[in-house]
Amino acid sequence: MTAAAAGGPDAPAFVDFREVWLAYSAEAAAREEFAVEDITLSTRDGEFIAIVGPSGCGKSTFMKLATGLKRPTRGTVTVAGAPVTGPLKIMGMAFQAPTLLPWRTTLDNVLLPLEIVQPYRADFRQRRDEYAARARRLLATVGLQGYEDRFPWQLSGGMQQRASICRALIHEPRMLLLDEPFGALDAFTREELWNVLRDLWTAQRFNVILVTHDLREAVYLADTVYVMSRRPGRILERRPIDLPRPRDLDVTYTEAFSRIVHELRDRIGAIRRG
Amino acid sequence: MIRSRTFERLAPWLLLAAILLVWEVLCRVLSVSEFVLPTPSAIAGALVEFAGPILVNAWRTFWTTRVGFALSIVVGLVLGFVVGSSRLAYAAMYPLLTAFNSVPKAAVVPILVVWFGIGAGPAILTAFLISFFPIMVNVATGLATLEPELEDVLRVLGARRLDVLLKVGLPRSMPYFFASLKVAITLAFVGTTVSEMSASNEGIGQLLLSAGSQSRMPLAFAGLVVIGAMAMAMYELFSWIERHTTAWAHRGQQAH
Repeated sequence: MTAAAAGGPDAPAFVDFREVWLAYSAEAAAREEFAVEDITLSTRDGEFIAIVGPSGCGKSTFMKLATGLKRPTRGTVTVAGAPVTGPLKIMGMAFQAPTLLPWRTTLDNVLLPLEIVQPYRADFRQRRDEYAARARRLLATVGLQGYEDRFPWQLSGGMQQRASICRALIHEPRMLLLDEPFGALDAFTREELWNVLRDLWTAQRFNVILVTHDLREAVYLADTVYVMSRRPGRILERRPIDLPRPRDLDVTYTEAFSRIVHELRDRIGAIRRG
Repeated sequence: MIRSRTFERLAPWLLLAAILLVWEVLCRVLSVSEFVLPTPSAIAGALVEFAGPILVNAWRTFWTTRVGFALSIVVGLVLGFVVGSSRLAYAAMYPLLTAFNSVPKAAVVPILVVWFGIGAGPAILTAFLISFFPIMVNVATGLATLEPELEDVLRVLGARRLDVLLKVGLPRSMPYFFASLKVAITLAFVGTTVSEMSASNEGIGQLLLSAGSQSRMPLAFAGLVVIGAMAMAMYELFSWIERHTTAWAHRGQQAH
């Protein structure tokens, strides 16, 4: 199976899942117990997709497949035209827990990926000042100027999550994977961070896979929303969001927005009942 | 606020003074024999009278303990790193180490004497054997309880297992390590003393034994006071090092 054959109707796919099945162990596979089943999906380069579904539906499994942390039991995963065979360095990840290192300052936390990923790793020591300047600029774009030398535990939850997103983006990945990144935040902070993410994406146009159970979040941010079923996870619906960009929070109060959210809500309600 | 803080700091000394006072008074009022329980003042007298020999023996014990403890730190760190960083090593070694740790160390002393003769050898080894275990366990725990999300973040970047261990695992296990040092140093003093009591001509342990056999109870108690003070001082030292090297792990206490 070639990348060209896997391409969407108008452009070559960036992320391409073809009939992907994953069981966590050989025994589970033998018992036909899969975490995700028959996932087929492809995204354009620069597309922002969101995956929604009831909890425990295999959304996080999907993330592990896309990053190469897990290999599919059946089917193929292709990213940027190449089959995924191991962890992909063109990815940045952020989770619901900010997972910052408490013994490092915010700046040093953001710099951590550069100490690990090539090509930065090789010249990290010589060019540390340059990279630190880059990290400071990035932190400033998410509103964290002045907090670079604080420790994570001196920051609020929302600030920690901003720093965590900066850490995911510092090595300029082509793809950002977010696993319920705003799930632990209060409603106001969450909406603020939606806009932070929107602005970063608008400026840099990386690919995003956002896993969430907040339908408003998915509809507000994404180009396309995929609905997953309960375990074993399957993609039940692909819903392109045609709301015009740039979007701001006012759009979330429009009728068109509510209609889409309702539609998705009904779909997920049906899954939970079924 | 400040007054209650000062009072809190003085509290242990006040309590100590109160206990000594009650002890002194009870011994005098009930005229307890010095051969059963000497008064604090008699113990203080013995401390002054035998300051020379006590100092020589205390220094000996202190030195022996430090050597044994240094061995403990090295071995505890290395074993903890190995056991905590590999699931196979954990499965293979942990049960054996636990079994080894449950052997009473005092019972090992006669064997050590056969191997190393009377003197510092058995004492150093006993101090080491009794104190490396908590260090190892704590370092291993710190490494093994790494958040899986954090590991994913790094592995996606192409981090090797060693990268994850050095950048995250090891710094993360440092508070556990320093916490274990405090416990381990007091155990090391126990090990040294026990060994000195049966296999040495020097040290506080030996001093305790000979004072006891001559029924010089104030001197025996003076020995106990000295060893307690040394262990306490070392505990405080490591506690201070802990607070100053891994402050990030103790932010809760400092915020108050």
